[in-house]
Amino acid sequence: MSERKTPLYDEHVAADARMAPFAGWAMPLHYGSQIAEHHAVRRAAGMFDVSHMTVIDVVGVDALRLLRLTMANDPAKAVPGKAVYGVLLNAGGGIIDDLIVYGRDAGYRAVVNASTRDKVLNWLRGHASAMDVEMRERTDIAMVAVQGPEARARFAAVTRIDTDGLGPFSFLERDAWMVARTGYTGEDGVEVLLPAAEAVALWRRLKTSGVAPAGLAARDTLRLEAGLNLYGQDMDEQVTPLESNLGWTVAWTPEERDFIGRTALARQRAEKPARVLKGVVLGAKGVMRHGYGVATNAGGGVVTSGVFSPTLGYSIGLARLPRGAAGDCTVKIRAASVPARIVRPPFVRDGKRTFRSERPRAGPARR
Amino acid sequence: MSDTPAELRYAASHEWARLQDGVVTVGISDFAQDALGDVVYVELPELDQEVVAGAEIAVVESVKAASDIYAPVSGTVVAINDALEDAPERVNQAPYGDGWFFKLEPLDPGELDNLMAADAYRDHCETDGARES
Repeated sequence: MSERKTPLYDEHVAADARMAPFAGWAMPLHYGSQIAEHHAVRRAAGMFDVSHMTVIDVVGVDALRLLRLTMANDPAKAVPGKAVYGVLLNAGGGIIDDLIVYGRDAGYRAVVNASTRDKVLNWLRGHASAMDVEMRERTDIAMVAVQGPEARARFAAVTRIDTDGLGPFSFLERDAWMVARTGYTGEDGVEVLLPAAEAVALWRRLKTSGVAPAGLAARDTLRLEAGLNLYGQDMDEQVTPLESNLGWTVAWTPEERDFIGRTALARQRAEKPARVLKGVVLGAKGVMRHGYGVATNAGGGVVTSGVFSPTLGYSIGLARLPRGAAGDCTVKIRAASVPARIVRPPFVRDGKRTFRSERPRAGPARR
Repeated sequence: MSDTPAELRYAASHEWARLQDGVVTVGISDFAQDALGDVVYVELPELDQEVVAGAEIAVVESVKAASDIYAPVSGTVVAINDALEDAPERVNQAPYGDGWFFKLEPLDPGELDNLMAADAYRDHCETDGARES
Protein backbone atom coordinates (compact mmCIF):
# COMPACT_ATOMS: atom_id res chain seq x y z
CA MET A 1 0.00 0.00 0.00
CA SER A 2 1.04 3.58 -0.37
CA GLU A 3 1.06 4.77 3.21
CA ARG A 4 3.15 7.82 3.98
CA LYS A 5 6.45 7.21 5.71
CA THR A 6 7.94 9.33 8.46
CA PRO A 7 11.64 10.28 8.35
CA LEU A 8 12.20 7.49 10.90
CA TYR A 9 10.54 4.74 8.86
CA ASP A 10 13.83 2.98 8.00
CA GLU A 11 14.85 3.03 11.67
CA HIS A 12 11.64 1.24 12.62
CA VAL A 13 12.02 -1.38 9.93
CA ALA A 14 15.68 -1.93 10.85
CA ALA A 15 14.59 -2.44 14.48
CA ASP A 16 12.14 -5.12 13.31
CA ALA A 17 9.07 -3.13 14.31
CA ARG A 18 5.65 -4.46 13.48
CA MET A 19 4.40 -1.74 11.15
CA ALA A 20 0.72 -0.93 10.78
CA PRO A 21 -1.28 1.61 8.80
CA PHE A 22 -2.48 4.50 10.94
CA ALA A 23 -4.34 7.52 9.53
CA GLY A 24 -2.66 7.02 6.17
CA TRP A 25 0.83 6.53 7.63
CA ALA A 26 2.96 3.43 8.08
CA MET A 27 3.67 3.53 11.82
CA PRO A 28 5.39 1.19 14.30
CA LEU A 29 2.86 -0.67 16.44
CA HIS A 30 5.53 -2.23 18.64
CA TYR A 31 9.14 -3.40 18.48
CA GLY A 32 8.53 -6.82 20.02
CA SER A 33 6.59 -6.29 23.23
CA GLN A 34 4.25 -3.38 23.81
CA ILE A 35 4.16 -4.20 27.52
CA ALA A 36 7.95 -3.98 27.81
CA GLU A 37 7.84 -0.65 25.96
CA HIS A 38 5.10 0.57 28.29
CA HIS A 39 7.17 -0.31 31.36
CA ALA A 40 10.26 1.32 29.87
CA VAL A 41 8.37 4.61 29.69
CA ARG A 42 6.92 4.30 33.20
CA ARG A 43 10.20 3.22 34.78
CA ALA A 44 12.99 4.92 32.78
CA ALA A 45 12.59 6.44 29.32
CA GLY A 46 11.05 5.61 25.98
CA MET A 47 10.65 7.45 22.71
CA PHE A 48 7.88 7.63 20.13
CA ASP A 49 7.97 8.68 16.52
CA VAL A 50 4.97 11.00 16.30
CA SER A 51 5.96 12.61 13.02
CA HIS A 52 2.58 11.64 11.58
CA MET A 53 0.97 14.38 13.69
CA THR A 54 -0.02 17.45 11.66
CA VAL A 55 2.03 20.56 12.41
CA ILE A 56 0.50 23.84 11.27
CA ASP A 57 2.09 27.26 11.69
CA VAL A 58 -0.61 29.89 12.05
CA VAL A 59 0.90 33.26 11.20
CA GLY A 60 -0.24 36.76 10.32
CA VAL A 61 -1.84 39.73 12.02
CA ASP A 62 -5.05 37.79 12.70
CA ALA A 63 -3.46 34.52 13.89
CA LEU A 64 -4.63 35.00 17.48
CA ARG A 65 -8.02 36.24 16.33
CA LEU A 66 -8.59 33.05 14.32
CA LEU A 67 -7.53 30.78 17.18
CA ARG A 68 -9.61 32.69 19.72
CA LEU A 69 -12.61 32.23 17.45
CA THR A 70 -12.11 28.51 16.90
CA MET A 71 -10.67 27.23 20.20
CA ALA A 72 -12.76 26.56 23.31
CA ASN A 73 -9.66 27.18 25.41
CA ASP A 74 -8.12 30.64 25.19
CA PRO A 75 -4.96 30.66 23.04
CA ALA A 76 -4.13 34.07 24.51
CA LYS A 77 -2.70 31.99 27.39
CA ALA A 78 -0.08 30.72 24.94
CA VAL A 79 2.29 33.62 25.38
CA PRO A 80 5.68 33.01 23.71
CA GLY A 81 7.22 29.91 25.28
CA LYS A 82 3.92 28.50 26.56
CA ALA A 83 1.58 25.88 25.17
CA VAL A 84 -2.17 25.41 25.60
CA TYR A 85 -4.23 22.25 25.13
CA GLY A 86 -7.75 22.66 23.82
CA VAL A 87 -10.46 21.58 21.44
CA LEU A 88 -12.01 22.99 18.27
CA LEU A 89 -15.81 22.88 18.34
CA ASN A 90 -18.54 23.03 15.75
CA ALA A 91 -21.53 25.34 16.29
CA GLY A 92 -23.34 22.60 18.23
CA GLY A 93 -20.42 22.20 20.63
CA GLY A 94 -19.28 18.89 19.07
CA ILE A 95 -15.54 18.29 19.06
CA ILE A 96 -13.84 18.70 15.67
CA ASP A 97 -10.40 17.90 17.08
CA ASP A 98 -8.13 18.35 20.07
CA LEU A 99 -4.84 20.13 19.67
CA ILE A 100 -1.90 21.81 21.35
CA VAL A 101 -1.11 25.40 20.43
CA TYR A 102 2.39 26.74 21.06
CA GLY A 103 2.84 30.51 21.32
CA ARG A 104 5.89 31.85 19.49
CA ASP A 105 7.32 35.27 18.78
CA ALA A 106 6.11 34.95 15.19
CA GLY A 107 2.61 33.51 15.52
CA TYR A 108 1.41 30.11 16.74
CA ARG A 109 2.23 26.51 16.03
CA ALA A 110 -0.67 24.05 16.24
CA VAL A 111 -0.19 20.29 16.49
CA VAL A 112 -3.35 18.41 15.52
CA ASN A 113 -4.16 14.75 14.91
CA ALA A 114 -3.07 12.97 11.74
CA SER A 115 -6.53 11.49 11.25
CA THR A 116 -8.20 14.92 11.27
CA ARG A 117 -5.70 16.82 9.14
CA ASP A 118 -7.95 17.59 6.17
CA LYS A 119 -11.01 18.63 8.09
CA VAL A 120 -9.07 20.81 10.53
CA LEU A 121 -7.21 22.63 7.78
CA ASN A 122 -10.49 23.14 5.90
CA TRP A 123 -12.25 24.31 9.05
CA LEU A 124 -9.56 26.84 9.94
CA ARG A 125 -9.22 28.09 6.37
CA GLY A 126 -13.00 28.42 6.10
CA HIS A 127 -13.04 30.77 9.07
CA ALA A 128 -9.90 32.63 8.00
CA SER A 129 -11.15 33.77 4.61
CA ALA A 130 -11.82 37.35 5.74
CA MET A 131 -8.73 37.48 7.96
CA ASP A 132 -5.07 38.31 7.47
CA VAL A 133 -3.76 34.91 8.50
CA GLU A 134 -1.92 32.07 6.84
CA MET A 135 -1.85 28.34 7.67
CA ARG A 136 1.45 26.70 6.76
CA GLU A 137 1.54 22.95 7.11
CA ARG A 138 5.05 21.92 8.19
CA THR A 139 5.62 18.58 6.49
CA ASP A 140 9.35 19.31 6.77
CA ILE A 141 9.20 18.82 10.55
CA ALA A 142 9.58 15.53 12.40
CA MET A 143 8.33 14.99 15.93
CA VAL A 144 9.80 12.72 18.60
CA ALA A 145 8.27 12.30 22.07
CA VAL A 146 10.81 11.34 24.74
CA GLN A 147 8.89 10.25 27.83
CA GLY A 148 9.57 8.77 31.24
CA PRO A 149 11.11 9.70 34.59
CA GLU A 150 14.61 9.69 33.06
CA ALA A 151 13.60 11.17 29.71
CA ARG A 152 14.78 14.73 30.21
CA ALA A 153 18.10 13.71 31.74
CA ARG A 154 18.90 11.39 28.84
CA PHE A 155 17.72 13.91 26.30
CA ALA A 156 20.00 16.52 27.89
CA ALA A 157 22.91 14.09 27.88
CA VAL A 158 22.77 13.52 24.13
CA THR A 159 21.69 16.99 22.95
CA ARG A 160 23.14 19.27 25.64
CA ILE A 161 19.73 20.90 25.74
CA ASP A 162 18.96 21.44 29.39
CA THR A 163 15.25 21.59 30.24
CA ASP A 164 15.67 21.90 34.00
CA GLY A 165 14.09 25.33 34.12
CA LEU A 166 11.25 24.39 31.82
CA GLY A 167 7.81 24.10 33.44
CA PRO A 168 5.03 21.78 32.24
CA PHE A 169 3.45 23.00 29.01
CA SER A 170 6.41 25.32 28.41
CA PHE A 171 8.89 25.05 25.58
CA LEU A 172 12.17 26.43 24.33
CA GLU A 173 13.54 26.93 20.84
CA ARG A 174 17.12 26.16 19.87
CA ASP A 175 17.93 26.95 16.24
CA ALA A 176 15.30 25.04 14.25
CA TRP A 177 14.36 22.79 17.19
CA MET A 178 11.43 23.21 19.49
CA VAL A 179 11.59 21.30 22.79
CA ALA A 180 8.32 21.25 24.72
CA ARG A 181 7.52 19.76 28.10
CA THR A 182 4.40 18.09 26.83
CA GLY A 183 3.40 14.49 26.15
CA TYR A 184 0.68 11.87 25.96
CA THR A 185 1.83 9.36 28.57
CA GLY A 186 1.29 10.89 32.02
CA GLU A 187 5.05 10.88 32.58
CA ASP A 188 7.60 13.65 32.61
CA GLY A 189 9.37 14.23 29.32
CA VAL A 190 9.62 16.35 26.22
CA GLU A 191 8.24 16.44 22.73
CA VAL A 192 10.79 17.56 20.17
CA LEU A 193 9.88 19.17 16.87
CA LEU A 194 12.91 19.27 14.60
CA PRO A 195 13.87 19.37 10.93
CA ALA A 196 13.02 16.01 9.32
CA ALA A 197 16.61 15.58 8.15
CA GLU A 198 17.89 15.63 11.75
CA ALA A 199 15.42 13.12 13.16
CA VAL A 200 17.43 9.94 12.48
CA ALA A 201 20.54 11.28 14.23
CA LEU A 202 18.54 12.25 17.33
CA TRP A 203 16.72 8.88 17.35
CA ARG A 204 19.98 6.93 17.16
CA ARG A 205 21.70 8.95 19.85
CA LEU A 206 18.75 8.55 22.20
CA LYS A 207 18.66 4.84 21.51
CA THR A 208 22.37 4.52 22.28
CA SER A 209 21.78 6.29 25.58
CA GLY A 210 19.21 3.66 26.56
CA VAL A 211 15.96 5.34 25.55
CA ALA A 212 13.68 2.50 24.36
CA PRO A 213 11.82 2.90 21.08
CA ALA A 214 8.10 2.51 21.82
CA GLY A 215 5.25 2.06 19.38
CA LEU A 216 1.69 3.25 19.00
CA ALA A 217 0.40 0.25 20.99
CA ALA A 218 2.31 1.32 24.12
CA ARG A 219 1.34 4.91 23.45
CA ASP A 220 -2.30 3.84 23.69
CA THR A 221 -1.98 1.99 27.03
CA LEU A 222 0.10 4.85 28.46
CA ARG A 223 -2.33 7.58 27.44
CA LEU A 224 -5.29 5.62 28.73
CA GLU A 225 -3.62 5.02 32.10
CA ALA A 226 -3.03 8.77 32.16
CA GLY A 227 -6.75 9.35 31.50
CA LEU A 228 -6.11 11.16 28.22
CA ASN A 229 -8.73 10.99 25.50
CA LEU A 230 -8.08 9.72 21.99
CA TYR A 231 -9.83 11.64 19.25
CA GLY A 232 -12.23 9.52 17.20
CA GLN A 233 -12.57 7.02 20.00
CA ASP A 234 -13.39 8.84 23.26
CA MET A 235 -14.63 11.98 21.57
CA ASP A 236 -15.86 13.13 18.19
CA GLU A 237 -18.28 15.64 16.68
CA GLN A 238 -21.25 13.93 18.37
CA VAL A 239 -20.08 14.89 21.88
CA THR A 240 -19.04 18.08 23.65
CA PRO A 241 -16.06 18.71 25.95
CA LEU A 242 -18.48 18.65 28.91
CA GLU A 243 -19.41 15.10 27.89
CA SER A 244 -15.75 14.19 27.42
CA ASN A 245 -14.16 15.04 30.78
CA LEU A 246 -12.70 18.16 29.13
CA GLY A 247 -14.67 20.87 30.89
CA TRP A 248 -11.36 22.15 32.25
CA THR A 249 -10.22 23.01 28.72
CA VAL A 250 -13.09 25.46 28.14
CA ALA A 251 -12.17 29.07 28.88
CA TRP A 252 -15.45 30.79 29.90
CA THR A 253 -13.66 34.03 30.68
CA PRO A 254 -13.38 36.58 29.24
CA GLU A 255 -17.13 36.43 28.76
CA GLU A 256 -17.10 38.51 25.61
CA ARG A 257 -14.97 35.94 23.73
CA ASP A 258 -17.57 34.33 21.49
CA PHE A 259 -15.79 31.17 20.34
CA ILE A 260 -17.58 28.81 17.97
CA GLY A 261 -19.76 26.41 19.97
CA ARG A 262 -19.94 28.67 23.04
CA THR A 263 -23.72 29.22 22.91
CA ALA A 264 -24.52 25.52 22.65
CA LEU A 265 -21.97 24.66 25.30
CA ALA A 266 -23.25 27.32 27.71
CA ARG A 267 -26.76 25.90 27.36
CA GLN A 268 -25.54 22.39 28.08
CA ARG A 269 -23.54 23.67 31.03
CA ALA A 270 -26.64 25.30 32.53
CA GLU A 271 -28.82 22.24 31.93
CA LYS A 272 -26.03 19.83 32.92
CA PRO A 273 -25.00 17.20 30.37
CA ALA A 274 -26.93 13.93 30.38
CA ARG A 275 -23.78 11.90 29.73
CA VAL A 276 -20.25 12.27 31.01
CA LEU A 277 -16.95 10.47 30.46
CA LYS A 278 -15.63 8.55 33.45
CA GLY A 279 -13.08 5.90 34.27
CA VAL A 280 -13.95 2.25 34.82
CA VAL A 281 -11.72 -0.39 36.42
CA LEU A 282 -12.53 -4.04 35.95
CA GLY A 283 -12.73 -6.24 39.04
CA ALA A 284 -12.10 -9.59 37.40
CA LYS A 285 -10.35 -11.22 34.50
CA GLY A 286 -10.95 -9.92 31.02
CA VAL A 287 -10.23 -6.81 29.01
CA MET A 288 -12.69 -4.03 28.26
CA ARG A 289 -12.81 -2.93 24.62
CA HIS A 290 -14.31 -0.02 22.70
CA GLY A 291 -18.08 -0.47 22.41
CA TYR A 292 -18.70 -2.79 25.36
CA GLY A 293 -21.85 -2.01 27.35
CA VAL A 294 -21.76 -0.77 30.96
CA ALA A 295 -24.67 -1.11 33.42
CA THR A 296 -24.64 1.49 36.22
CA ASN A 297 -26.90 2.75 39.03
CA ALA A 298 -27.97 5.57 36.71
CA GLY A 299 -28.54 3.53 33.53
CA GLY A 300 -26.56 2.13 30.66
CA GLY A 301 -23.38 3.46 29.10
CA VAL A 302 -20.61 2.37 26.78
CA VAL A 303 -16.86 1.84 26.95
CA THR A 304 -15.09 4.27 24.61
CA SER A 305 -11.54 3.00 25.23
CA GLY A 306 -10.50 -0.10 27.08
CA VAL A 307 -7.16 -1.84 27.55
CA PHE A 308 -5.25 -4.09 29.85
CA SER A 309 -3.24 -1.72 32.05
CA PRO A 310 0.34 -2.99 32.23
CA THR A 311 1.08 -0.82 35.28
CA LEU A 312 -1.96 -1.91 37.31
CA GLY A 313 -2.26 -5.47 36.02
CA TYR A 314 -5.97 -5.34 35.16
CA SER A 315 -8.26 -3.76 32.64
CA ILE A 316 -9.12 -0.05 32.71
CA GLY A 317 -11.28 1.99 30.42
CA LEU A 318 -13.00 5.26 29.72
CA ALA A 319 -16.75 5.04 29.40
CA ARG A 320 -19.52 7.43 28.50
CA LEU A 321 -22.05 7.04 31.29
CA PRO A 322 -25.22 8.74 32.47
CA ARG A 323 -24.46 11.72 34.72
CA GLY A 324 -24.73 10.55 38.33
CA ALA A 325 -23.33 7.10 37.61
CA ALA A 326 -21.02 6.16 40.49
CA GLY A 327 -19.74 3.24 42.51
CA ASP A 328 -20.08 -0.33 41.35
CA CYS A 329 -21.15 -1.22 37.84
CA THR A 330 -20.88 -4.18 35.48
CA VAL A 331 -19.33 -4.43 32.04
CA LYS A 332 -20.69 -6.84 29.47
CA ILE A 333 -17.81 -8.93 28.17
CA ARG A 334 -19.10 -11.44 25.65
CA ALA A 335 -21.78 -13.38 27.58
CA ALA A 336 -20.70 -12.31 31.08
CA SER A 337 -21.51 -9.27 33.23
CA VAL A 338 -18.18 -8.56 34.89
CA PRO A 339 -18.03 -6.49 38.11
CA ALA A 340 -16.30 -3.13 37.75
CA ARG A 341 -16.11 0.22 39.49
CA ILE A 342 -16.47 3.78 38.28
CA VAL A 343 -13.52 6.01 39.13
CA ARG A 344 -12.24 9.40 38.24
CA PRO A 345 -9.41 9.31 35.69
CA PRO A 346 -6.42 9.41 35.51
CA PHE A 347 -5.59 5.86 36.57
CA VAL A 348 -1.82 6.31 36.72
CA ARG A 349 0.36 9.39 36.98
CA ASP A 350 4.12 9.42 37.38
CA GLY A 351 4.16 5.65 37.61
CA LYS A 352 1.61 5.34 40.44
CA ARG A 353 -2.07 4.57 40.80
CA THR A 354 -4.07 7.77 41.23
CA PHE A 355 -7.70 6.82 41.77
CA ARG A 356 -8.82 6.27 45.34
CA SER A 357 -11.46 3.58 45.47
CA GLU A 358 -10.59 -0.08 45.47
CA ARG A 359 -11.63 -2.37 42.66
CA PRO A 360 -14.86 -4.22 43.48
CA ARG A 361 -13.19 -7.61 43.70
CA ALA A 362 -9.46 -8.03 43.54
CA GLY A 363 -8.43 -10.58 40.94
CA PRO A 364 -5.21 -12.54 41.30
CA ALA A 365 -2.14 -10.37 41.08
CA ARG A 366 -0.45 -10.66 37.72
CA ARG A 367 2.34 -8.99 35.87
CA MET B 1 9.28 -15.75 9.31
CA SER B 2 7.40 -17.49 12.07
CA ASP B 3 8.16 -20.96 13.31
CA THR B 4 5.92 -23.87 12.18
CA PRO B 5 7.16 -27.23 13.50
CA ALA B 6 6.70 -29.99 10.92
CA GLU B 7 5.38 -32.58 13.39
CA LEU B 8 2.24 -30.55 14.20
CA ARG B 9 -1.10 -30.10 12.44
CA TYR B 10 -2.67 -26.65 12.10
CA ALA B 11 -6.18 -25.15 11.87
CA ALA B 12 -7.03 -22.22 9.61
CA SER B 13 -7.92 -20.32 12.80
CA HIS B 14 -4.26 -20.73 13.92
CA GLU B 15 -4.48 -23.43 16.57
CA TRP B 16 -1.91 -26.23 16.46
CA ALA B 17 -2.54 -29.84 17.49
CA ARG B 18 -0.03 -32.48 18.58
CA LEU B 19 -1.08 -36.13 18.87
CA GLN B 20 0.96 -38.00 21.43
CA ASP B 21 0.05 -41.23 23.26
CA GLY B 22 -3.56 -40.90 22.17
CA VAL B 23 -3.95 -37.36 23.53
CA VAL B 24 -4.09 -34.14 21.45
CA THR B 25 -2.35 -31.09 22.91
CA VAL B 26 -3.61 -27.74 21.58
CA GLY B 27 -2.09 -24.25 21.51
CA ILE B 28 -1.84 -21.28 19.16
CA SER B 29 0.82 -20.91 16.51
CA ASP B 30 3.84 -18.65 16.55
CA PHE B 31 2.22 -16.67 13.75
CA ALA B 32 -0.91 -16.18 15.89
CA GLN B 33 0.92 -15.12 19.06
CA ASP B 34 2.97 -12.64 17.05
CA ALA B 35 -0.14 -11.15 15.45
CA LEU B 36 -1.91 -10.90 18.81
CA GLY B 37 0.96 -9.25 20.63
CA ASP B 38 1.39 -9.49 24.40
CA VAL B 39 -1.08 -12.01 25.81
CA VAL B 40 -2.58 -10.92 29.15
CA TYR B 41 -5.35 -13.44 29.87
CA VAL B 42 -6.31 -16.91 28.74
CA GLU B 43 -9.77 -18.29 29.46
CA LEU B 44 -9.49 -22.08 29.42
CA PRO B 45 -12.19 -24.74 29.07
CA GLU B 46 -13.41 -26.88 31.97
CA LEU B 47 -11.88 -30.27 32.64
CA ASP B 48 -14.05 -33.12 31.32
CA GLN B 49 -15.85 -30.70 29.00
CA GLU B 50 -16.91 -32.42 25.78
CA VAL B 51 -16.31 -30.44 22.63
CA VAL B 52 -16.96 -30.81 18.93
CA ALA B 53 -14.43 -29.80 16.30
CA GLY B 54 -14.79 -26.12 15.46
CA ALA B 55 -16.51 -25.17 18.73
CA GLU B 56 -15.36 -22.06 20.63
CA ILE B 57 -13.62 -23.53 23.63
CA ALA B 58 -11.26 -20.87 24.99
CA VAL B 59 -10.43 -17.18 24.68
CA VAL B 60 -7.04 -15.54 24.47
CA GLU B 61 -6.86 -11.84 25.25
CA SER B 62 -3.89 -9.71 24.32
CA VAL B 63 -3.51 -6.03 25.10
CA LYS B 64 -4.72 -5.46 21.58
CA ALA B 65 -7.58 -7.87 21.03
CA ALA B 66 -9.64 -10.84 22.19
CA SER B 67 -9.57 -13.99 20.06
CA ASP B 68 -11.62 -17.15 20.27
CA ILE B 69 -9.86 -20.50 20.31
CA TYR B 70 -11.63 -23.33 18.52
CA ALA B 71 -11.37 -27.04 19.23
CA PRO B 72 -9.37 -28.49 16.33
CA VAL B 73 -10.89 -31.95 16.84
CA SER B 74 -13.85 -33.40 18.76
CA GLY B 75 -13.21 -34.96 22.15
CA THR B 76 -13.05 -34.51 25.92
CA VAL B 77 -10.85 -32.01 27.77
CA VAL B 78 -8.44 -34.06 29.89
CA ALA B 79 -5.97 -31.33 30.92
CA ILE B 80 -5.73 -27.54 30.98
CA ASN B 81 -2.60 -25.45 31.32
CA ASP B 82 -3.25 -23.78 34.71
CA ALA B 83 0.15 -22.11 34.60
CA LEU B 84 -1.21 -19.64 32.04
CA GLU B 85 -3.34 -18.13 34.80
CA ASP B 86 -0.31 -16.48 36.35
CA ALA B 87 2.01 -16.48 33.35
CA PRO B 88 -0.01 -15.75 30.20
CA GLU B 89 3.18 -14.44 28.58
CA ARG B 90 4.22 -18.07 28.07
CA VAL B 91 1.91 -18.07 25.05
CA ASN B 92 4.21 -15.47 23.50
CA GLN B 93 7.45 -16.96 24.76
CA ALA B 94 6.86 -20.63 23.95
CA PRO B 95 3.74 -21.09 21.83
CA TYR B 96 4.59 -24.73 21.06
CA GLY B 97 5.95 -25.52 24.53
CA ASP B 98 4.93 -24.10 27.94
CA GLY B 99 2.33 -21.96 26.19
CA TRP B 100 -0.01 -24.88 25.35
CA PHE B 101 -3.70 -24.35 26.22
CA PHE B 102 -5.42 -27.71 26.83
CA LYS B 103 -5.35 -31.43 26.01
CA LEU B 104 -8.16 -33.41 24.40
CA GLU B 105 -8.85 -37.08 24.31
CA PRO B 106 -10.04 -37.27 20.72
CA LEU B 107 -13.23 -39.02 19.70
CA ASP B 108 -11.60 -39.94 16.42
CA PRO B 109 -7.87 -39.29 15.95
CA GLY B 110 -8.56 -39.48 12.21
CA GLU B 111 -10.05 -35.94 12.48
CA LEU B 112 -6.49 -34.65 12.68
CA ASP B 113 -6.26 -35.34 8.95
CA ASN B 114 -8.74 -32.50 8.41
CA LEU B 115 -6.09 -30.09 9.69
CA MET B 116 -3.22 -28.62 7.68
CA ALA B 117 0.34 -29.84 7.55
CA ALA B 118 3.08 -27.30 8.31
CA ASP B 119 3.79 -26.33 4.69
CA ALA B 120 0.10 -25.79 3.86
CA TYR B 121 -0.28 -23.75 7.04
CA ARG B 122 2.73 -21.62 6.12
CA ASP B 123 1.08 -20.81 2.78
CA HIS B 124 -2.12 -20.01 4.65
CA CYS B 125 -0.27 -17.54 6.91
CA GLU B 126 1.37 -15.86 3.97
CA THR B 127 -1.97 -15.11 2.32
CA ASP B 128 -3.44 -14.16 5.70
CA GLY B 129 -0.48 -11.95 6.47
CA ALA B 130 -0.57 -10.36 3.03
CA ARG B 131 -4.18 -9.40 3.60
CA GLU B 132 -3.22 -7.70 6.85
CA SER B 133 -0.90 -5.14 5.30
